Amino acid sequence: MTVFKVSVSSSPHIRHNDTTSRIMLDVLIALVPALFCGILFFGLRALLLVFVSVASCVGFEYLWQKMLGKKVTTGDLTATVTGVLLGLNLPVTAPWWLPVIGAFFAIIIVKQMFGGVGFNFVNPAMAGRAFLLASWPVLMTAFVAPFTTGFAMTDVVTTATPLSIIKSGEGLEQLPKTLQMFLGSYSGCIGETSALALLLGGLYLLLRRVITPHIPVAFVGTVAVLSFLFTRGSMSAVDGLTYQVLGGGLLLGAIFMATDYVTSPMTAKGQLIMGIGCGLVTFLIRRFGGYPEGVTYGILLMNIATPLIDSWCRPKCFSARAKRR
Amino acid sequence: MSKLTFRRGIHPPDYKSQTATQSLQQAEVPQLLYYTLQQRNGVLLEPSVQVGDRVLLGQVIAESKAFASVPLHASVSGRVKDIALYLQADGQKVPTLVVENDGLDEACEPLHRMHPGEMDSQAIKDVIQKAGIVGMGGAGFPTHIKLSPPPDAKIEHIIINGAECEPYLTSDHRLMVEHPETVIRGLVTVLRLFPDAQGHIAIEENKPDAIETIREASKDLPIAVERLAKKYPQGSEKHLIYAVTGRVVPSGKLPSDVGCIVLNVDTAASICRAVYDKMPLYQRIVTVAGGAVNKPANYIVRIGTPLSALVEQSGGLKEDAGKILIGGPMMGIATHSFDVPVTKGTSAVLVLTEKEAHQPAESACIRCGRCVRACPMFLEPYALQSFAYRKDVENALSYHIMDCIECGSCAYSCPSKRHLVQAIRWMKQGVRAKQQAEKTRKG
Repeated sequence: MTVFKVSVSSSPHIRHNDTTSRIMLDVLIALVPALFCGILFFGLRALLLVFVSVASCVGFEYLWQKMLGKKVTTGDLTATVTGVLLGLNLPVTAPWWLPVIGAFFAIIIVKQMFGGVGFNFVNPAMAGRAFLLASWPVLMTAFVAPFTTGFAMTDVVTTATPLSIIKSGEGLEQLPKTLQMFLGSYSGCIGETSALALLLGGLYLLLRRVITPHIPVAFVGTVAVLSFLFTRGSMSAVDGLTYQVLGGGLLLGAIFMATDYVTSPMTAKGQLIMGIGCGLVTFLIRRFGGYPEGVTYGILLMNIATPLIDSWCRPKCFSARAKRR
Repeated sequence: MSKLTFRRGIHPPDYKSQTATQSLQQAEVPQLLYYTLQQRNGVLLEPSVQVGDRVLLGQVIAESKAFASVPLHASVSGRVKDIALYLQADGQKVPTLVVENDGLDEACEPLHRMHPGEMDSQAIKDVIQKAGIVGMGGAGFPTHIKLSPPPDAKIEHIIINGAECEPYLTSDHRLMVEHPETVIRGLVTVLRLFPDAQGHIAIEENKPDAIETIREASKDLPIAVERLAKKYPQGSEKHLIYAVTGRVVPSGKLPSDVGCIVLNVDTAASICRAVYDKMPLYQRIVTVAGGAVNKPANYIVRIGTPLSALVEQSGGLKEDAGKILIGGPMMGIATHSFDVPVTKGTSAVLVLTEKEAHQPAESACIRCGRCVRACPMFLEPYALQSFAYRKDVENALSYHIMDCIECGSCAYSCPSKRHLVQAIRWMKQGVRAKQQAEKTRKG
């Protein structure tokens, strides 16, 4: 018989087409509408900041892996996703070096130092944002009204976000209309304002089966119900719900950051607990804490609780299940 | 009628169109036939003939006194040429008996001389054992033992497994379409051993012609023809029992503990041939398929035929083989040579192209949970893999590693292409070895 080469390996011999990079590509595609709205409302500088953020994340990952003689895995697009999310979480007024530092913290400290993709204990982009928020609180909250900025940052007049208006309880009459809130034409971080764009992205992720609805629905649902039940000052319950759900980083966080595979539970039950926990912490901070916004800390706290939740929600093995009927 | 199924599992493409409509054809009988003397469960058979002896078709050529063994029969008439170590599908060299075919197919005495309708339970079981019948779905467990449950087990369901959920495989499908009566007669024979049991023939919905044919052929009999959802691993014994009866086989227990016995379609047909045609198991149906094969087909193959003969009859290869599989692509084993024989458990020979055989590189687990959602045993494959890598027996056992049926649903679904089944299988072997060692030390 002729000599030929065949591979001999363990079963199974066929694999599903999905790969890590394809999943990450889907997340990037889903973020396109939000990025587009960010550029539309806040100008081309939004694109520059996201670009700097992505380049820094990918660059730091590449450098770290090169320096340690590891296999370079930037091709899996996870660092790109972190970069885009970090960029979308910045106000458009942020100086260019802010995302560079955020990327360093996210990629080097949170991701690579803990072992790289799959081993980070909190979401890198979320941790990067929290780090920047704690270190440069003024720069991180210098929000501007839409259509007031171009590429260069001159004559910038900062304005309050809807959530900070509600928090202060003053100037409630300046709050944007519901339609504006839905489309995203109000002040906030680059990628968080347009509910429409974020929901479109979420729908794409659901259809592509990249995410399941459990976390986003539980997260947003919890904030909605609590905001409706515990209104503030003179606001109506419906208004309270509308601004708390559409304003701030809730949808961006619930759809794109809390659903991060590495830092969220694997089972449906665990994901519901995660979503409800995120919603509860977010609501408590927004309502009783010092910040107008609580999504970042809600997600980070539940990230840390994920191993615990997973251990509560382990599936019961088939052989120990009761018979049907 | 509603479809029966189980929870979780996967939906791989079924690749069955190559051979699903190909009628069974007789494989050419080769000049030399190779009979592996090692049974799937490890029992080594003793040759009962010597080199140079003349053997007849159906004659016993090897057997063992071990309880869990069945005799092996010559599938041709001819002369014993050699008894030595030859390559087997798993890459090992095992004692093998080689017979040179004289082309006469001269048959030996019939298996028995009883009237099929008048045989009692013991006679039926004896004939099944004497006929050398083992589970032909691949497990290779002797059928007469399966049909002898402990006296206190009350058998209520006999299920013929026609799920054939592995991609590419169509051998059971063609058998049911072309010879439904042998399958049904086999089941009816088994039901005579268990008069209180309900007989089922369970078939996946992607074989509507088989469901129709079997239903038509069994319409006057008290047999239930069950339509199963198309889902992998529907043909797993435990999942088939769950789908059909709603019962769950507990960890470490047998189907008979929940009153069920499951038999493969070809096994049932072999029972029919043993009891009615008085012929032992000397041939089986093999699907030859895969992208590299010129003319995929379903063959009736004499046991002992080398794979090379089957591939040659299928018009050879149209491109280089990337992988040679015995069995389906989900659970079959990869072999490196065509010079290995068809055994009683060989349901298919697949020759994949290099492209089909491509195994993508493994990357880090991203904890997406797809393996957990795919596992039909409700295990956590990602965790089991990490326990395996750390040789953490205690945790692996508490995560029920021994329940894993190695169906491959987890590894199939994994976007990071992790070698989940390989690690788990390796760990299971380690656990078994450790338990064996402990038993020996205590005993």
